[in-house]
Amino acid sequence: MPKKEWIKKVLVIGSGPIVIGQAAEFDYAGTQACRVLKEEGIEVVLVNSNPATIMTDTSIADKVYLEPLTLESMEKIIARERPDSLLASLGGQTGLNMAMELDEKGILEKYNVQLLGTKIDSIRRAEDREDFKNSMIEIGEPCIDSVIVHDVQSSVDFANEVGYPVIVRPAYTLGGTGGGIAEDEKQLREICADGLRSSRVHENLIERSVAGWKEIEYEVIRDGAGNSIVVCNMENMDPVGVHTGDSIVVAPTQTLRLEEHEMLRTSALSIIEALGIEGGCNVQYALDPNSMKYYLIEVNPRVSRSSALASKATGYPIAKVTTRIALGYNLDEIENGVTGCTYACAEPTIDYVVLKFPRWPFDKFVYADKHIGTKMKATGEIMSIGNTFESAMLKAVRSLEMGMDSLVVPALEALSDEEIEHRLHEINTERSFVVAEALRRGVTMEHIHDITKIDLWFLKKVLNIVSTEQKLRALPGKEALTYDLLLAVKKMGMADKAIARFVGCEEGEIRAMRKEMSILPAFRLVDTCAGEFDAVSPYFYSVYGTKTESFNTGKKTVVVLGSGPIRIGQGIEFDYCSVHCVWALKKAGFDTVIINNNPETVSTDFDTADRLYFEPLTPEDVWNVLEIEQPVGVVCQFGGQTAIKLAKAVRQAGYPILGTDLADIDAAEDRELFNALLNKLGIPQPKGTTVFTADEAVAAANELGYPVLVRPSYVLGGQGMEIAYDEKHIREYMQIINMNIQEHPILVDKYLLGREIEVDAICDGENVLIPGIMEHIERAGIHSGDSISVYPPQHLAPRIQRMVTDYTINIARSLHVKGLVNIQFIEYAGDLYIIEVNPRSSRTVPYISKVTGIPIVELGVRASLGESVPAMGFGTGLYPPAPTVAVKMPVFSFEKLPEVEVSLGPEMKSTGEALGLAETAEEAYLKGFASTKMAIPKPEEGGVLFAIANHDKREALALAETFAALGFEIYATGGTAHMLNHNYVGAHSVPRPGEDTDALAKLFDSGKIRLIITTPTHGRDPLRAGFRLRRMAVEYGIACVTSIDTAKLLMKCVKLGKKESEIPALGLHELIL
Amino acid sequence: MATLILEDGSRFEGTLFGHKAAAAGEVVFTTGMIGYQEVVTDPSYAGQIVCMTYPLIGNVGINDLDFQSAGAHMKGMVVSELCDLPSNWQTKDSLESYLDAQGVTALYGVDTRALTRHIRAVGAIRGMIVEGEGTQEDIDALKALKVENPTMDVTCREAYEAGEGDVTVALLDMGTTRAVVNSLTKRGCRVKVYPADTAAEEILAAGCDGVFVSGGPGDPAALPAVIENVKKLMDAKPTMGVCMGHLLMARAMGGNTVRMSYGHHGGNQPVKDIARGTCVVTSQSHLYLVDKDNLPVNAEVSHINWNDRTIAGLRYTDRAAFSVQFVPDGGKCPSGTHYLYDAFIAGLKK
Repeated sequence: MPKKEWIKKVLVIGSGPIVIGQAAEFDYAGTQACRVLKEEGIEVVLVNSNPATIMTDTSIADKVYLEPLTLESMEKIIARERPDSLLASLGGQTGLNMAMELDEKGILEKYNVQLLGTKIDSIRRAEDREDFKNSMIEIGEPCIDSVIVHDVQSSVDFANEVGYPVIVRPAYTLGGTGGGIAEDEKQLREICADGLRSSRVHENLIERSVAGWKEIEYEVIRDGAGNSIVVCNMENMDPVGVHTGDSIVVAPTQTLRLEEHEMLRTSALSIIEALGIEGGCNVQYALDPNSMKYYLIEVNPRVSRSSALASKATGYPIAKVTTRIALGYNLDEIENGVTGCTYACAEPTIDYVVLKFPRWPFDKFVYADKHIGTKMKATGEIMSIGNTFESAMLKAVRSLEMGMDSLVVPALEALSDEEIEHRLHEINTERSFVVAEALRRGVTMEHIHDITKIDLWFLKKVLNIVSTEQKLRALPGKEALTYDLLLAVKKMGMADKAIARFVGCEEGEIRAMRKEMSILPAFRLVDTCAGEFDAVSPYFYSVYGTKTESFNTGKKTVVVLGSGPIRIGQGIEFDYCSVHCVWALKKAGFDTVIINNNPETVSTDFDTADRLYFEPLTPEDVWNVLEIEQPVGVVCQFGGQTAIKLAKAVRQAGYPILGTDLADIDAAEDRELFNALLNKLGIPQPKGTTVFTADEAVAAANELGYPVLVRPSYVLGGQGMEIAYDEKHIREYMQIINMNIQEHPILVDKYLLGREIEVDAICDGENVLIPGIMEHIERAGIHSGDSISVYPPQHLAPRIQRMVTDYTINIARSLHVKGLVNIQFIEYAGDLYIIEVNPRSSRTVPYISKVTGIPIVELGVRASLGESVPAMGFGTGLYPPAPTVAVKMPVFSFEKLPEVEVSLGPEMKSTGEALGLAETAEEAYLKGFASTKMAIPKPEEGGVLFAIANHDKREALALAETFAALGFEIYATGGTAHMLNHNYVGAHSVPRPGEDTDALAKLFDSGKIRLIITTPTHGRDPLRAGFRLRRMAVEYGIACVTSIDTAKLLMKCVKLGKKESEIPALGLHELIL
Repeated sequence: MATLILEDGSRFEGTLFGHKAAAAGEVVFTTGMIGYQEVVTDPSYAGQIVCMTYPLIGNVGINDLDFQSAGAHMKGMVVSELCDLPSNWQTKDSLESYLDAQGVTALYGVDTRALTRHIRAVGAIRGMIVEGEGTQEDIDALKALKVENPTMDVTCREAYEAGEGDVTVALLDMGTTRAVVNSLTKRGCRVKVYPADTAAEEILAAGCDGVFVSGGPGDPAALPAVIENVKKLMDAKPTMGVCMGHLLMARAMGGNTVRMSYGHHGGNQPVKDIARGTCVVTSQSHLYLVDKDNLPVNAEVSHINWNDRTIAGLRYTDRAAFSVQFVPDGGKCPSGTHYLYDAFIAGLKK
């Protein structure tokens, strides 16, 4: 069927801030969708509160609303824009839920908006457990014995009938929030209660557990005419029981026979037919490893994380095809952009192995619970491609950037055999490495299989890697490495660095040997068709033992290093920067190349750069690409710390770095050099020193005076950073920091409790443009990524703003910055101090680009190519501030991460961000809170609970007074209650966790508490009462604010007395001056 | 060390496994990712050396359920990595020992993608798996190698019957797979399977409601006697043909068939059914196809291969007969092609 011609204006819903379970994959999907719509000449109205996305660029959509994804705000926008249709299946669960709500509330009907793609009824049938089950029974598809419950007792009754273990799955949540496996009644009661709370409709599915079965996924796509194909099938190495987002996944399936595949393929296609899906859909199965029995686990009637993976794994652009289907096209009318000669109705076939490895945040949350189950905990993932499982696995491990280059984990090597055996029983983020360690010690595959249920096929592959390690370790030295052995080891995917360590020499020696023996990597194409046709937009992966199919077009090439997996501290912002960098370079006439390994992103879309290399971002892997591509320049400043860390290796290999010189990067990152620079410029910074040992740190702190800020140099996202108030803290943090070997010294600085200020600037080596100054709401000490940031600044004296401008210009010039620089300041007692200079693109670049209308990345690229800043047309110095106010608010995923401290500190904890954009600051704050799902409290909805650390009590008093005056009931714990009552603020005294946890739980359950304001005492002991209070707040879904400054801001919004619906929607397209 | 040497002198190195003796044949590639046992035992590949584009082969070993015929018919098999530990609950044997028992010479450790790209460039080409590097004599031998039509090696020795039902289908066995016979019996047909050289008169005399011409290996042009028989059968009874059967029927009705460069081999060929307007994914393995410019006068195109727009199915306008270039799947997949069997059998019941 050809395109539906009546579609002229489409509203696209994005997925909002990045949280665990909903990450960059929806920026990729949404961006593809918008581009298709524009290609078709359709006007695109986009709503997404996440400013770090590419889809919210005014070049991607015609009208961009960085507005809250709430019913009120959606209705405002629909009323204003009057789109004829809505595309919601590319905005993740958020988009789908929003479409359903808009339909339920009659808003779609009221404004005559058609939902494109899968119909509402079909979505409901797939999403509603009961409807879904009935539809499946009708077509004879087996669902697991299950029951839908709305209370805990019913779940216990069911479990008594079918037997334990049972799985709890809450309805309408993302990433399996609130779910879990219960082994007994006690666990079931806990998990069930938790699940009911997190479900939008207060509903849980309780089902018989098939933990240990094979978990198989099918990515399927169907058009409006009923044509359907399988895009990709995938097998989880971790059997059923671990959320697929936390599983190691391979594509295609490896241990299935054709009959088994045909059975599940038929099932998947029957299901999307029965549900009437129009577009991409994900179907997950549990397959009995010992029979043809299978059960459906889940159907996602939309583009998902798995579909992003399937798209990148096969080259089949699911989101694009889904959008075209929504417009009315059929699969046989949609061209395959990779081959240029086949159509979307051909099932992709691949001739390599794809492996996805999750990236968890536990390098930051060292005390958190690392077990994985039905609740997803990973913040991101990487994908690797190899022609063997072993090479894909080893590439994956390198891509994670966890400091590993093999399956060897020193901490596990140090454990006893008993401990390893014990750990095999634990299903946690380390399991694959524990398995490798067990195999290394001679534990049999059969024994490991009995415990873990991991298929023997996978275990044998891991054993192959381990045996090769041991073969290398047994060699007398590198001289014993023969050509055949070295080639075999490289074919297996082992890094030079790992080989060197196993045989006892330097990485460079292995590299030299390889070159001498002509053991060189070659690059193969991903072409969707296993070589059957010539491909036009392919991408590449490395293999050994063959010839390169990569090509050089003869044009001048620039290589852009990407930012790897999404993790706390390095999120989607850096993909935004990398992609814009590529676009700017293309505009300047270069052939562009991207190296990246994150399948969720726009940067790894096959038509972003001219050539894409799906490879780990390590020196060896990057050198390999550079040798093939022979670029005229390499860009390291847009891919976050991942890319900047590679600058030295790039330079070493003799390739020019575009932009700021390596020596100048060092001058900013190296403490001694940086101090010297600031001294020369006469710019003050908090006093500090560098140390290596705990003793040195304690001595330094005593000299500076507590509190002090302790952190490693060369970090991103405040990794291992902490404020220490006494010697005990210092010793504790030094121990954590030193868990990873530190190549660089550790910084100990005097901690100033002032106002933080941040700028991003563009410099051509001489002239500097500052698009805007951002002011942080929370005082220094809370990581800049976790602070609420407002532009233009609301509380900065003109004198301070001038100083910020002058310091920025002086520093950028002195560092000879060519491109971007990010500088953080503290205003303390009327003075301005520098705390950090990052000679690269930062997390705030997308946000500040959008609200100032200055294409910062493009200008940065042009500056690094030698263009002068004044010639760019935006002037120099501080750019005039916008007439609107933009607030960037952090978004957290604490409910997904049990045992993680909720209070904020110098170590970053947020997973994403949302924007509030309005004419006034208060309105912008209010929108920002709405975007982060922090609804402004009203006195009639419940009271405010205070639990305040001693050093904050004075300020909290004023806050409590105001809340009380506004009519809120005030509750407070022990000392805080005493203090408030003593000062004539009537407060109900409530027990602290540990004193009477049950009473507190009852209070939380009653709904009487609407907001908790709790500031932390020092330390991160999980047993502390404050820690447990905050965790309880998260688990009961009660808003929890952990900084007095945030609470004050919230108070301002309460006082404003406006509803979200009263504040007009403001489009980004209206801001551009 | 062993080598696959091609008649153009190209060499692809690997290690021998299976039957360890030299073997020669036409080299083709197949792109299916799962189901090497079905490929190994599919008679359509008789006489050929088959390169598997998916790099990990042997993962589930060999089992008792998935044979498509009584044995392996391919001359040789070329794979990238041979699995050293097959793992599936049905596994009974390893690929290696099965190929050895079946006398199929195989190579692993081959750069199969380079080989595939080479075949794509030069077309299906004669090749030989030899120990060592391969010599000029090997190349000369290859040039002289006559590719015999293997039909008589793969058809049944004697006629046999399968299934029970009120509809009788005479199946002319050009080297059929079990899946096709099962698809008919499953639908309530009594299937009389005849060797490829059975005279039409004999088949008709034995009685049947319709005729099914199966798939099989080779060049249809090399089978004039069979074509003559197919014509007689088509004149007498409603007829359905698949793969080789499709080509034979086209020739029987006066059309022509031509050789393709490297053919269609794999499970993901998209085919458009013109009448239904739907596009389906099909499994194919053939090197020949019906010549677009020399169609039988009484035929209209019913199916088109959507990748290269070649003919994938014909319907005859003057009789109850149709044929497709692929194996219709026998399952109940909603976007499958099982409706073709249903249509054929429904026609017989009328």
